[in-house]
Amino acid sequence: MTEKSDLRAAVAAGVGGSEESFRGLLAAIVEVARSIFGAKASSILLLDEETEELVFEAVVGEGEDSLLGTRFPAGKGIAGWVLATQTPLVIEDVQQDPRFAKDVAENTGYVPSGLMAAPLMHEERALGVLSVLDRPEQSLFSLKEMELLGLFAHQASIAVDLLLKARKANRVLEQSGGDLEVVSRLAAVVDGLEEDRRAAGLKLLNDLAATLGA
Amino acid sequence: MTDVTAHGEDAGQSALPAWSLPKDAVDRIALPWQWPERVTRDWALGGSSGKGARVCILDSGVEAGHPLVGDLESAVVISIGENDEVVAEEDTEGDVSGHGTACAGIVRTLAPECSISSVRVLGSTFTGSGAILLGGLKYAVEQGFDVINMSLSTTKKPFASILHELADSAYFKRTVLVASAHNMPVESYPWRFSSVISVGSHEEDDPLAFFANPNPPVEFFGRGVNVEVPWLGGRSLKVSGNSFATPHLSAICALILAKHPELTPFQLKSVLYLTATNVGGGK
Repeated sequence: MTEKSDLRAAVAAGVGGSEESFRGLLAAIVEVARSIFGAKASSILLLDEETEELVFEAVVGEGEDSLLGTRFPAGKGIAGWVLATQTPLVIEDVQQDPRFAKDVAENTGYVPSGLMAAPLMHEERALGVLSVLDRPEQSLFSLKEMELLGLFAHQASIAVDLLLKARKANRVLEQSGGDLEVVSRLAAVVDGLEEDRRAAGLKLLNDLAATLGA
Repeated sequence: MTDVTAHGEDAGQSALPAWSLPKDAVDRIALPWQWPERVTRDWALGGSSGKGARVCILDSGVEAGHPLVGDLESAVVISIGENDEVVAEEDTEGDVSGHGTACAGIVRTLAPECSISSVRVLGSTFTGSGAILLGGLKYAVEQGFDVINMSLSTTKKPFASILHELADSAYFKRTVLVASAHNMPVESYPWRFSSVISVGSHEEDDPLAFFANPNPPVEFFGRGVNVEVPWLGGRSLKVSGNSFATPHLSAICALILAKHPELTPFQLKSVLYLTATNVGGGK
C-alpha cells in the first residue's frame, strides 16, 4: 500500500465509523432478514480471502451464541457453491444433506430443515453469503421471495463493503505503527465539529496544506 | 473460379464456402428444407428419450451412481497447471456441494436415455475459481458435447471477453450452451450473450413447461421453484432458483437434439421459441 493510500485509510478510519457500529449494522440486517421471511435464524458469512474460509460475522436465532466467528472452507458446501457461483438458491429439507450438517451444525447441533442463501456482491467481488434458515414449513417458496432475498442481499452487501473498508483502514493504521494515528484523530475531530467551528477547522487544515506545499 | 477457397477453421474439410459464396457453390450447401408446416412440440421432441445426445454438467461435480442420476459417461475435475494450461483429471471426489448432482438429476428425469458427463469447476480452490470456470468451459467445448449446462455465472469483467469467445466458439461447433440468468441486480456472464440459451425461473409445476421471453436478455423461463432433485448421499431435496430452471431447458434441448441432430444452436433456439408454452407449442 502506498503512503498516499495509507493517509486516505487513516482519514477513512477517523470518520468512517468503528468496527462495533458496523457489527451492529450487520446484526440488524440479519434480524430484519429473519423477520421478513418469518424464519428461525439468519446469518452473514464473510469470505476470509487469506485462508479461503467463510466466517460467521453475524448470527441471529438458533446458533447465535456459538456460531459467531466460526469458520469453514469456502470451496465446499451449499454456502461455498453460492459464493463461488454468485448465484442465490433455496433448499428445503436440508437435514438430509450430510455436508450441510457438517458446515453449520457441527458446533451447535442445530440442523436447519430449510435454507435460502444469496451471495453478497460488491461490484465484481463476492464478499460472502447471506443465509435465512428455516422458513415456516407450511409456506411454499415463491419467486417473489427469491426476488426479495436478492434485493435484501444487495442492500446487505453495501453494509458489508463498508465494514470491510473500515477494517482495512484500521489495519493500515495499526501497520503504520501509530505514525498516522494523528491524521485519523484530526479527521475524526474536524468531522465532528459544529458548522462554524468545522469551517474554521477546515481553513486551518487548508492553511497547513498550503504551508506544506500541497 | 470453380472452387471455393477455404478460409480458417470454420471452412470445413472439403472446401466448403467460408466467408463468401460463389454462384457455382450454392448447390453444395444444400440444407434440409422439408420443414413441417407448423413446428409442434410433438415434432420437436415427441417420443424422444434423449438417446444419442451428450449433456455436460459444468458445476460442482456429480455423485456417480445416484439412483436418480445413474451412470456418467465421464467425470473430470479441472485445475490450472503451472504454465496456465487447463488440466482435466478423472474426478474421484464427486460432488462437493450437491448442486451438480441436482442438475444432473433434473436432466436424467426429463431425458432418461441421454448421456451425462460431469466437468467439475468448483471445490478445489476459491480464489482460482474464475480461471477454472473458464478452463472447464474450454475443455467442455473441445469435447464436442451437444449441450453444456452452466447453472453458474461470473461477474468478473476481465473474464467476459474470454467467455464471449468461448460461447461463440461453442455456437459454431454446434454445442449449445444453456446458462442461468442472474436474478440479482448485478452484471454477470455468460448468460447475457446472444450465442447462449439463457434461462430464468417460472413457478409452474410442469417440468416440460417453458416460456419464451419477449424481453431479453433472459430468453427462456424453465421450471425453477420447489423442484424435487437428487442430492448427496442418494437423497432428495426440494430446491428453487434459476440454477435449477437451467437443467430443465438443457434436458429439453437434449430431447430435441436427440430427435433432430442436424439442428444448429440457432435453429434449436428457433424450435424452442416455436414450441414454447406461451407460443402455443405446449398444446
